[in-house]
Amino acid sequence: MENNQWFTISVYSENNVGLLNRISGIFLKRHINIESLNVSKSEIDNVSKFTIVIYTTDTWVHNIVGQIEKQIEVIKAFYHTDDETIYQESALFKIASDLLFDERQIQNIIKESNAQIVTVARDFFVLAKSGRRFEIDDMYEQLKPFGIMQFVRSGRISVTKDEMQISALLREFQYN
Amino acid sequence: METLKEKKIQIKKEKTVKISGAEAIIHCLLAEGVDLLYGYPGGAIMPVYDELYKFQDKLTHILTRHEQGATHAAQGYARISGKVGVAMATSGPGATNLVTGLADAQIDSTPMICITGQVPRHLLGSDAFQETDIIGISTPVTKWNYQITKASEIPEVMAKAFYIAKSGRPGPVLVDITKNAQFDEFEFSYKKCTGVRSYNPKPKPNSEAIKAAAKLINTAKKPFVVWGQGVILGQAEEELKALVEKAGIPAAWTIMGASALDTGHPLNVGMVGMHGNYGPNILTNECDVLIAIGMRFDDRVTGRLADYATQAKVIHFEIDPAEINKNVHADVAVLGDSKETLNLLLPLLDSNKHEAWHNVFKEKYQIEFDTVIKKDIHPTKDGLTMGEVIEEINIATEHKAAIVTDVGQHQMIACRYAKFKETKSNITSGGLGTMGFALPAAIGAKMGAMDREVVAVIGDGGYQMTIQELGVIFQHNIPVKIVVLNNDHLGMVRQWQELFFDKRYASTVMVNPDFVKIAEGYHIEAKSVSERKDLKAAVQEMIASDKPYFLEVKVEKEDNVFPMIPSGAAVSEIRLK
Repeated sequence: MENNQWFTISVYSENNVGLLNRISGIFLKRHINIESLNVSKSEIDNVSKFTIVIYTTDTWVHNIVGQIEKQIEVIKAFYHTDDETIYQESALFKIASDLLFDERQIQNIIKESNAQIVTVARDFFVLAKSGRRFEIDDMYEQLKPFGIMQFVRSGRISVTKDEMQISALLREFQYN
Repeated sequence: METLKEKKIQIKKEKTVKISGAEAIIHCLLAEGVDLLYGYPGGAIMPVYDELYKFQDKLTHILTRHEQGATHAAQGYARISGKVGVAMATSGPGATNLVTGLADAQIDSTPMICITGQVPRHLLGSDAFQETDIIGISTPVTKWNYQITKASEIPEVMAKAFYIAKSGRPGPVLVDITKNAQFDEFEFSYKKCTGVRSYNPKPKPNSEAIKAAAKLINTAKKPFVVWGQGVILGQAEEELKALVEKAGIPAAWTIMGASALDTGHPLNVGMVGMHGNYGPNILTNECDVLIAIGMRFDDRVTGRLADYATQAKVIHFEIDPAEINKNVHADVAVLGDSKETLNLLLPLLDSNKHEAWHNVFKEKYQIEFDTVIKKDIHPTKDGLTMGEVIEEINIATEHKAAIVTDVGQHQMIACRYAKFKETKSNITSGGLGTMGFALPAAIGAKMGAMDREVVAVIGDGGYQMTIQELGVIFQHNIPVKIVVLNNDHLGMVRQWQELFFDKRYASTVMVNPDFVKIAEGYHIEAKSVSERKDLKAAVQEMIASDKPYFLEVKVEKEDNVFPMIPSGAAVSEIRLK
């Protein structure tokens, strides 16, 4: 039996209504949970990029990426292991303002974790933290005893160490 | 006078010609060469039907009795003609009734366009009357789908729909059009689609891969070709024949590839798969080079994957990159259109005969003939067999008919024993296994090839799933020949219950109506036979008729289809009984 591991799938596509549904359906069909999903613009004008994280085998991710890539509005899809990518997540913590003054430890946590104070209001302040999942989890655990009013973490975003030759591919498609 | 005429022309030119979205749809269909479509009207598609009424001299609409029938008819038409089949329905239930046909066309790579009406733009998402999210529903079963909410989108989207449906690996496309977009007027102009920037329908063949394939084939001692529908879709029948003849390779087909090479050709060794022929299955695990052409290693073909052709080098000719290494690892993958790649391969092949290897297939065939085929086709017992009916159809049609089958025992028997001289002659629901496919598909097939004899062979179960389409055959006098092989059972499920569920026959016995009376109710000439002495004459009479004809053959109730690769077994574990 092949082992499961983490894969980051990068999908370059047109920006069309319904495409997310079409792509997520491919995971649904294989009963695979999407662990993290991010959709944004890419380095190419008018080309969107999906960053999808799944936990599965090499064979399955190969098949899945093939099936994603054959969707009409998908230009190209890639998959990479964690070793092959630089990746981050972002998190926001909303915390009661009085804690900032009453609990000296909080200031240390902010300093040590390299978190940013995004805003300070009368009742609450907001911390932003980017980094690896374990770093964010760590900060979460440290702040938890003091009370977190709200917490949210984004999906993974990643770039690959190797080049993704998408521009050349687009040119080739156009002149085909 | 002259100047007045000129003036008139000038005025005409300046006046912008605006037409409704509904009329634009008709013009798009005509521009794509469509002259026939199947469908069913309803509220949200009525503006288009109103235009169909005006254009009925150019565009024939066939009112099926159920939207599912429209999709299968469009599929039958597409499969026999190679053209895009078109089906139309209203929103809500009309649209959801298309889903089975879409799924069938998707898995069997059939070019089809489904047009659905939709509630007006401003009502989308409001749970309006007959509103359903058909884009969401149809996404997993379409090659592409799109919702048009503005009339001006119609020409470009329709052109793209046709291009996508028929190019590369074909498939179904659904276009959903809100009612406001059908009513609104706009300036119409049409340009055929020639490319979509994110879509590469035909990968360019790689000459290195072709050289590697040729090298493997030329040095093989026991090469074996298994081809699928990719040969038919790529119109590579001549190239396939040239390949097997030049390199002297025994060749077998998947159910979807049937008829691409004459069944009487000496190198055509039969069908692979669960109920395929003994030799091709067992020798899949003895060949040294397996040359797969336009097929996708479906589980019904491979049996247990871990023991499928593990001894062989596999060459996979395939247009769809997602099929490479999906189920079976390809030692050499040749991407591209089958006609192009085979044409590049042919000059690199050495002439060969492989007589000893071919003789092994002959020996295996003899074993299968003695234990299975002989009693299927020339039975000595009292009850009629499905095999002897197919054989009588072969004789009466001189191997020239297109055989349209449903799903189940009759389908396996028909595919095993039908003889085909011409390509595109085996029209069946292969991948999805859709009961109810055959009757409407036969209507479409006949209308797509009026010069050909079209014989629908159907079981008593599947027949009753779309039996209402007899109404279409009657209304339009479509001369299809319908053979129902009636064993009063859901035969294939019954067979599995007998073999694998200790004969617990749960819900597989059917108490059937008088099928002859039903056909006669639709004014279709009908006959029923239950004895061998009447069979030949009945089949001959049916084929001789130039009208629609229904023939029921009451066959043995508890026959099984063999050979059989039990579910989960290896191809080499195929059972003869």
